Amino acid sequence: MPIRCEIVSQDRIVFQGDVDIVVLPGAEGVMGILPNHSPLLTVLQYGIITVRSQGNEENFTVAGGIAEVQPDQVTVLADAAENVEEIDIRRAEMAHKKAEEILKNGVAPDTDSYLTIQAALKRSNLRIDAAKRFRQRRR
Amino acid sequence: MSSAREMRMRIRSVKNIAQVTRALETVSASKVRKAMQAVTATRPYAEKAWKVIVHIARQPGSGTLHPLLTERKEIRKVLVLLLSSDRGLCGAYNVNILRETLLHFRYLGKPVSYVSAGRKGRDLLLRRGQKVVADFSHLPSPPSYMDVSAIGRVAVEAFLNGEVDQVFLAFTDFHTMVKQEIVIRQLLPIQVELAQPGVKGFNVTHKMSNAVFIYEPDQDEILSNVIPRFTALQIYQAILSAQASEHAARMIAMRNATDNAQDLIRELQLDYNKARQQAITSDMLDITSGAEALNK
Repeated sequence: MPIRCEIVSQDRIVFQGDVDIVVLPGAEGVMGILPNHSPLLTVLQYGIITVRSQGNEENFTVAGGIAEVQPDQVTVLADAAENVEEIDIRRAEMAHKKAEEILKNGVAPDTDSYLTIQAALKRSNLRIDAAKRFRQRRR
Repeated sequence: MSSAREMRMRIRSVKNIAQVTRALETVSASKVRKAMQAVTATRPYAEKAWKVIVHIARQPGSGTLHPLLTERKEIRKVLVLLLSSDRGLCGAYNVNILRETLLHFRYLGKPVSYVSAGRKGRDLLLRRGQKVVADFSHLPSPPSYMDVSAIGRVAVEAFLNGEVDQVFLAFTDFHTMVKQEIVIRQLLPIQVELAQPGVKGFNVTHKMSNAVFIYEPDQDEILSNVIPRFTALQIYQAILSAQASEHAARMIAMRNATDNAQDLIRELQLDYNKARQQAITSDMLDITSGAEALNK
C-alpha cells in the first residue's frame, strides 16, 4: 500500500505522488514515514527529503517548514524546497560567496537582515552539499 | 460659442488625457497579469496549509488546544484588517471595500478598531472618524514576507493580549478581470466548520477524528509556530488577491476614461468643424456681398 506524498513550497508544488517511504529531516532527527503511520506534526530542519517508490528514489532539499503525517498521506509545507536535480550549483555557490562576504563586512547580529543572510548562507550550503552528494553517487 | 483657438486647445488637452489613461490601462493590464500569477502560484500551499489546520482542529478537545483556535464566549471588541490601495485612479475600488466593511460592522454594536494596509483606506477610515490602531501603507508588490508577518504579529498580539476578541480580514477577492468580490473573513480565532458531506469549502471538515497528533518537538512549540505563520499566510494571500483586484479595477476605470475621452474628442471635433465651416461661410458671404457692393 503506497502513501501519498505532497511537497509544496510557498510558490509551487514541488512533488506529488504515491510512494513507499518518505524520509524527513524532523526536529528531533531524521525519520522514515511508512504507510499507516499515526498522525504526526513536526517542524522540519534544513535537510534532505527522500521519497522512494518501487526502487526509484528522488531527493529534495528543504529549508525548514512543517510536515504533517496522516495514515494515508504526508504533507510537507516547506519554506523552500526543490528537487536535487534542479539545483543550479553555480547560482548556489554565488549566493554562498555573496552571503559570506556580507557577513565578513560585518552586520549587526540579531537584526532582521543578519538573520536573513544567515538563512541564505544555510540554504546555499545545503544546496551545494546536496547536489554534490546525490549527483555523484548516480554517476 | 468659444473661440476656435480655445476649442483647439480643449481638444488637445482631452487627447492628452486619453493618451495618459490609455498608458495607465496598459500598465495595469500587465500588472494584473503578474499579480494573478502570484495568486495562483501560492494557492496550492495555502490549500495544503488549510488542510493541516483542519486536521489539527478536528482532533478531540481541539477547542482548548491553542488560544488562537479558541472561540471566546464574550465578544467585546473587534479588530478589522482592511486591505485597500495606496494609489487612486482605480474607480470605486477603495470606496466599495470601505462601504461594505463599515456597513458590515455598524450593526454589530461592538467597538471596532482598524488596521489598515493601504493609504487610501486609511485616509477614508480617518475621514469617517474610525479608530485606526496601525497602518501598513506602501507595501511592495508582491509584499515581502517580513511586512506580512509584521501585520500578522499585530493581529495575533492584539488577540492574545485580550485587547480584541475577534480579528477579521476585509479585502477584495480576485475572481476574474471583471469580477472582484468583497470578502470579510474571520481571521482569529481560526474557525473550522463541521459540515455535512457534500458541503465544500476551504475550512470545512466532514467528520471529527479520534486520532490525536504526535508532536515533534512538543505541542505548544509547534502550534505556536504553525498557527501564527498560518495567519500570516492568510494575510499574504489576501494581499496578493487585493493587489490583483486593485490593478483590475484600475484597468477597467482607465479603459472607461479612455472611452469617455474618445467620445468627448469626437463631439468637440464636430463642434469645432461646424464652427470653422460657419466662420468660413460667413466670411465668404461678407466677401461676396462686399464685392457685389463695389460692382454696383
